[in-house]
Parts: sequence; structure tokens; C-alpha cells
Amino acid sequence: MIVGVGGQGVIMISKVLALLCQSQGYQVKQSEVHGMAKRGGGVFCHVRFGEEVWSPTIPMGEADMLIALEWAEGLRWLPFLRPETGIFIADTQRIVPPFACRNRAVGAQTAYAKETPAEILEKVSDGYALDAGGFASELGDARAANTILLGALSASLDFADEDWLKIIAKFVPKGSEKVNERAFGKGRDWIEEVRNNPDEMLPDAPPPAMPAMPAGDVEINLEIVDAWCKSCNICVRLCPERCLELNELQIVRLNDPDACTGCRLCEWLCPDFAITVNRVRLNNNRKGKREAA
Amino acid sequence: MNKPDSARPGEKLTNQPRPMTGNEAIARGAWEAGVKVTAAYPGTPSTEILENMATYDPEDVVAHWSTNEKVSVDTAIGASLSGVRAMASMKHVGLNVAADSVMSVTYIGVHAGLVIVVCDDPGLHSSQNEQDTRVFARLANIPVLEPADAQEALDFTRLAFDLSETFDTPVIVRATTRLSHTRSPVFVGTRKEAEAKGWVDDSKKTVMIPGHARMRHPLVVERVEKLEDYFSNSPLNRWDKGDSGFGIVTHGTCYPYVKEVVPKASILKLAASYPLPEKLIREFAATVERVIVVEELEPVLEVEIRALGIEAEGKAFFPRIGELPPELVREGLAKAGLIDAPPAAHDWEVEPIMRPPVLCAGCPHTTSYMALRAIDALVPGDIGCYTLAAVEPLKSIDATVCMGASIGNAIGMAKANSTERPIVATIGDSTFLHSGIPPLIDAVYNNADITVMILDNKITAMTGGQNHPGTGKTLRGEETHAVEYEELCRSIGVKWVKTVDSYDTGELFQALREATEFRGVSVLISNRPCVLDPVKIKGPTLVVKAATCTACQACMNLGCPAITWIDELFEDKHKVEINPVSCIGCTLCAQICPTDCIQPLAQPAPS
Repeated sequence: MIVGVGGQGVIMISKVLALLCQSQGYQVKQSEVHGMAKRGGGVFCHVRFGEEVWSPTIPMGEADMLIALEWAEGLRWLPFLRPETGIFIADTQRIVPPFACRNRAVGAQTAYAKETPAEILEKVSDGYALDAGGFASELGDARAANTILLGALSASLDFADEDWLKIIAKFVPKGSEKVNERAFGKGRDWIEEVRNNPDEMLPDAPPPAMPAMPAGDVEINLEIVDAWCKSCNICVRLCPERCLELNELQIVRLNDPDACTGCRLCEWLCPDFAITVNRVRLNNNRKGKREAA
Repeated sequence: MNKPDSARPGEKLTNQPRPMTGNEAIARGAWEAGVKVTAAYPGTPSTEILENMATYDPEDVVAHWSTNEKVSVDTAIGASLSGVRAMASMKHVGLNVAADSVMSVTYIGVHAGLVIVVCDDPGLHSSQNEQDTRVFARLANIPVLEPADAQEALDFTRLAFDLSETFDTPVIVRATTRLSHTRSPVFVGTRKEAEAKGWVDDSKKTVMIPGHARMRHPLVVERVEKLEDYFSNSPLNRWDKGDSGFGIVTHGTCYPYVKEVVPKASILKLAASYPLPEKLIREFAATVERVIVVEELEPVLEVEIRALGIEAEGKAFFPRIGELPPELVREGLAKAGLIDAPPAAHDWEVEPIMRPPVLCAGCPHTTSYMALRAIDALVPGDIGCYTLAAVEPLKSIDATVCMGASIGNAIGMAKANSTERPIVATIGDSTFLHSGIPPLIDAVYNNADITVMILDNKITAMTGGQNHPGTGKTLRGEETHAVEYEELCRSIGVKWVKTVDSYDTGELFQALREATEFRGVSVLISNRPCVLDPVKIKGPTLVVKAATCTACQACMNLGCPAITWIDELFEDKHKVEINPVSCIGCTLCAQICPTDCIQPLAQPAPS
């Protein structure tokens, strides 16, 4: 099973694998769902080959190999991997979706996967995590990352290198055959090396950013001087949380205190200094005002 | 599956199978059957059928993008009655659009073979419902062939044209997403030119007035009986003999799932799920103790088999919703007590993250929906990429029904007169041409106080970038007339029409305010092309000056996938950065950044 995010080359990898298996005389079915791929959604491809293949999809818990071109996508599809024998090869590259950066509360963390490669490799029976993008850049073409993964994948299948390369050459842009050949070799060499020396693997990508203080420790309140507000509406229009409005007297007021993140745009942009944003640390009330992180 | 035995006498099939998707195989099958005229409106998962059709020689086959599915079926009917083989393809909901024509042509029948390919979408990979075409076929009395893999897709499509002519009926070939988008090896054949039969004067058959239709209807009923007989004896059904304990009746894409789980069981796979081959089913049922029906979606076969007096079981064990992959077949058969229960799934203790689809970086729809949210409009939306604006952060669409519904919905909302909010229907260019023009005429005619935004990105974007009558290009890429939206709107009586640049937030906001203040129908057209198709747009990248970013998150309100958080914080909130690979340089984020910290890369920021 091959998974990733739209545009990474998931379909290319599965086409190479499917065509290779077919040329070796196997029955092959390759099923893809890519309707939303162009719009930043996940892409997944099932490739099944053997003497006789029925279902085009791999049943849960029965994938012999899971190849992930993106870290969180690899984690998403783990339930398809055979728990006892499945081989897991994942690029540690992180593509953080906008959805993961949506929590506006002060101190909020990204909703991106927190599991580190080391933790996941503990869980799988035969796992590999590599920075394929980094390797590809070293070879001079960042787009060859998927060929590096093909190289890593090839170590577990019994097909000759020249057969792999012949088919890869059909799917890569003209002129990049050489760099893809090197990328394939790099992936193959890397996996053989870490199979001999598991300590050589360097799986740790940086953890997701941690905020300076835990959420909930800061209270925000807006001080509005009604007499100075001249109903110009600037703050209402610019508030990113859309939590300001003009009341019946055309004076600004905060209509949703929970939504306010204390970003201070209203304070800074008010031409009449009518708004002050107070950030109060709950465990130190006296110091609160205008405290930068 | 195995090398087919469907070769014509003397025909040489390829020795080496080719990997083909179901859609490629359907197009190939039609081409081999000598099809002459084909037409479709794009719709996932059916789109690639006509795209593949267009790869064949224009001398062999005409391939059209139609303005909508009804036009495509009407085109195919016209061609069939004129004596050449014809095909229309569509997604399941497209059949609803074409329904009026389909319900009549079933009485008329055909002159040369007429095939309608319908791709259902169990599991809703990219659709607004999960309707089951097999139910529709019963309403229309049209036979439905159900291939299980790409080889059968080719064979059945080829055969469908012959059946159509033999039985004087349109034939539906039903695929599902899983078949359309699965590649498997196919042995291909050669094209056999069908003889052109020319037009035959027979108005009693071709003109459906009550007197004629009254004479045709009994023939339709008779035809179904003949087809029932044909399918009872058809070699295309597969009867895998196995144990007599239980027997499974199944169809199309469910068959490989069943084989995966119980390869040795007695299985009857029906080539056609309508009409039901009664004789064959009775024979099969007599050989087994229990009859289990495994079918995706509605309990169509189950109900009909029970009506024969056979104790068939099915939906008691299998879901009526979504796809029926091997896991669920296994679970259902275990629930029926026929096989051992599968072991409990392994718990990996990993919580997957959400990665919903988003509008692309630089998508010209972004500003339209930001502006609509800012003026708090009541927005009936339509079908296209822009339905993604129904969720945060753009969250501004209030209703989405189906293709072309937005303008009619807006008329009703205006006439209900229950809101002070401005009512703005939003509709893409391709959808507008598909079914948005009659409701716009209606809005003018009935003087509805609404605004219509035509989001003209100059392509059918959602399905992967197909041409339409507004692009000036045909399916085969030939130049043709491009619809002029402003002229069109004025000619039907719209008094306020304006085209704006979707990358100019100020202009768009201003124009939208004017449009909604206008009393009566106003039309606002946004004019930036899709960033993906027909050409991938890539302009100079923008960068964030982290020093002055105050982490206000205003740019995050765009939902742009190129903007993401960085580790650096300002007052406990994440500052942002722009991914230079995915940024296309639309400048929207720079336009709305209140601290001017987003700047073009090439130009040094003023100090």
C-alpha cells in the first residue's frame, strides 16, 4: 500500500510497481482514490499482485508493505499493515495541513501528529523512517524522493535492479533518468545499511513546536473607552476572529470573548486609542498588562 | 481475470495484457464495438471515459463534452436513431439530469446500438449522494450490465452495443468508483466498424406522443421478459460451483470482494442485475441450503429474489451504506454464522490527523467567499471545488443541493422574505452553463431580489480541468466559440452586470457591496483562471518577515495551504511562513496582512 499527499508521486510509485509485477508474469490490480488529491487531501493506492488476485483493495491488517511519502499519512494507514510481519517505510517529511493550524487559543499547539519516528518504529515489526527528501536534495533533485522510496522498497522484493530501472525510466521526466537511477541506488543502499546496523537510522525529525506556556494560563480582556470610539468600523472589519461589532449606539464591543485571542490588531489599528488589550497571567495577576511572550 | 472468450470469430486479441483502468477499458470496448458518436459531461468517477474516447482517431469516433448529461444522452439518441452506434457516459447523479430523455428513449428503443455508461459512487468519494443506478434501471426498464474488473468492462461494453440492437433497447453499463479507478490487465481486441444504417422513417417509433407511446409500452414489457430469458442463459454469468452449505448471489464489483473472502464457496455472479434471470436464480438456489445476497448499496437483488419465494438473506448482515470491501464481506458472513469471526483488529494506538481537502494556494474562489462572509450574505452554493468554502476558515456557504440549484434556491429564499441578509447565489462557470441559465432567466422573469456570482475560473476544475463552452476549446482541443457571460446575462434581462478581478480584494468587496445593494437581479463575475488547469500558474513567491509578524492569524483565515505555522511565537501564538514551492504569488495574504509583513520575494521590503 502506498500513501501520501496529492502531488508527491504516490500514483507514480504504484504504477511502477504494478507494471513491474505485471511484466514479471503476476496478476496485478492497482486501485487508487485521487478525487481530492489535487486539493491537498490524502492519496492512497492499493497494489496487489500474485498468482491470483481478486479484491482490488487490501483488507485491513493485510498489507505486507506500507510505503508512506509523508509522515502523518503513514500513521493514518497503519491499520492496513500486517501487525506481525508488515514492513513500514516512511518518509519523515511533514506536510502540515492548514487544518492543523486552526486552534486560535493562546498557547495552542498544531494538531499535526505528535508521534516521533522512534516511537512508531517501536510499534511496527519491521520499520524504516528516512528523510527521502533530504537524500534527494543531496543528489540534486528534490523530486526524486519517491524514487528513493522505490529503492528502499525494492530491497524487500525479488526483482532485478535493471527491471526496476527500465520501468522507472518510463515514468520520470526526460533527462532525469540518471539522477533517478542514483536515487534508486541510494534508497536500496540505505535500507541495506540500516538493516545491518539499526543504530545508523536517524529517524528523529524535529517535534512539533511547543508554545511558551500551556494553554489556559492567560486571560484576555478588552478595555474599551466608549467616549473615544467614533464608530469608524476599522477594528470590526479587521478582527481576524470576527468577534467585534458596533452596538446599537454605534460603539465597538466584544461580542464573543471566547473567540478573542488577544492579537492586539484592534488596539494597534484604532486611530483613537479607544481599545486596550490586557493579557493577564492567571498565576500573577498584578503583572499582566502588555506582557510580551 | 482470465483471457476472455468474447473474441469475435477470426479476431486476434493481444497476447500481452495491458494495464487499464475500468474507464480506459470502457472507452476501448466502445471503440472496438465501432461506436461513432460519444458525449458526456465530466463527473467523478466517469470523466476519464470520454477523455480516453478522445484519444482515438477522430475519423473513427466523435467525442464531445456536452453542456450537461441530458444533452449528452439526447446527442447519443439522435445518433442512434440516425443509424450509428452511440454512447453517453455520466456519473450516477448525472443520470438524474438525463432522466427525462432516458425515460422516453426506453419506449422508443434504438436504431443502432445505444449505450449509457453510469458510474456510481458508493462510499461518496466525490459525490453528494450514494444513489444506486440499479434502482433507476428498474424504473426505466433498461438492462444493466455490471462488469467486475477492467477486462469485463471492455467485454461488457462491447457486448452492450450488440444487445442494444438485438433487443431494441438502450443498455446501461454500470461501473463504480472502484472499477473506474482500478487498473488491471486487459487483453484488447480490434475495432469492427459497425455498418451505418441511415435514418429510417418510422414516426410511430420515434415520435413519442400518447398514441404512439401507448403502442410502445407493451413492447417494453415484452422486451424485459425476453431479456430475462436471455440473461438466464447467458454465458456471461459466472457460476462458481462449491459447497452446498450456502450460496452467494452477487454482482459487479462485489464479486472480487466475495472471492477474496470465500474463494471456494458456491457463487453466482450475475452479469446483469436487471432484469433478474429468474430461471437461473431458481436453479442456483436449489443447489444450496442458504442463499446469501452480497450487494453494494440498496437491497435490490435481495428483495426481488425474495419476491420469487426464495428465502434470500442479505442486508441483515451487510451494510446498505458505502462500499463493501472484503473486511465487511467477512464480517457479514461471520454474522450470518457461515464463517469464523475475523480476529479483532490490531490497535496501533495512533490517532490520525485530519487532512480534509482545501482550496489550492492562490485559488481565485478564496476572495469571493471571504467577501461573502464579511458582508454576512445568505449563500446558496453549487457543485464545484468551491463547496469547500462551506467549512472553516471560509465558512460562508449556507446550502448546497445539486448541480445548478443555487440560483433557484436563491429565488426561493428571496421570495420567502424571511431574512435581512443579502442573498447571493454562487455558481462556477461550468455549472452555470450546465444548468444555471434557465434559473437565471427565471430570476429575471419573476423579479427576484438576488445577486448571482459566477465564479468564472475558465475550466471545469473539480473533475480535473475539462473544457466547456466558456473556454473556447472542445474536448479534442479544437478552437470554438467561447460564451460571453456579460452579454449572455444582459440579453436575458439582467440590468446590473460587472466583471471583477478575484485577486483584487478591494475591488471585489466594493463590487459585491454594490451588487447586493442593487434591487433586482445583479450578476457579478469573477474572472481569474484556475491555478491548476489548463496551465499550472506559478508567479513570484511571497515571504513573511518574521520580525514584524504579530501572529494575528488574519492570513490563516484564507485557508491557504501554502501558509503554515512556525516554531517562533509572538505572545504565545505561532508566527507563520509561506512555503515557496506551493505559493503561486496571488498576493491575497499580502493584501490582507494588517502589519505588512508579507512581501514579494524579489523586492526588498521598505525599511
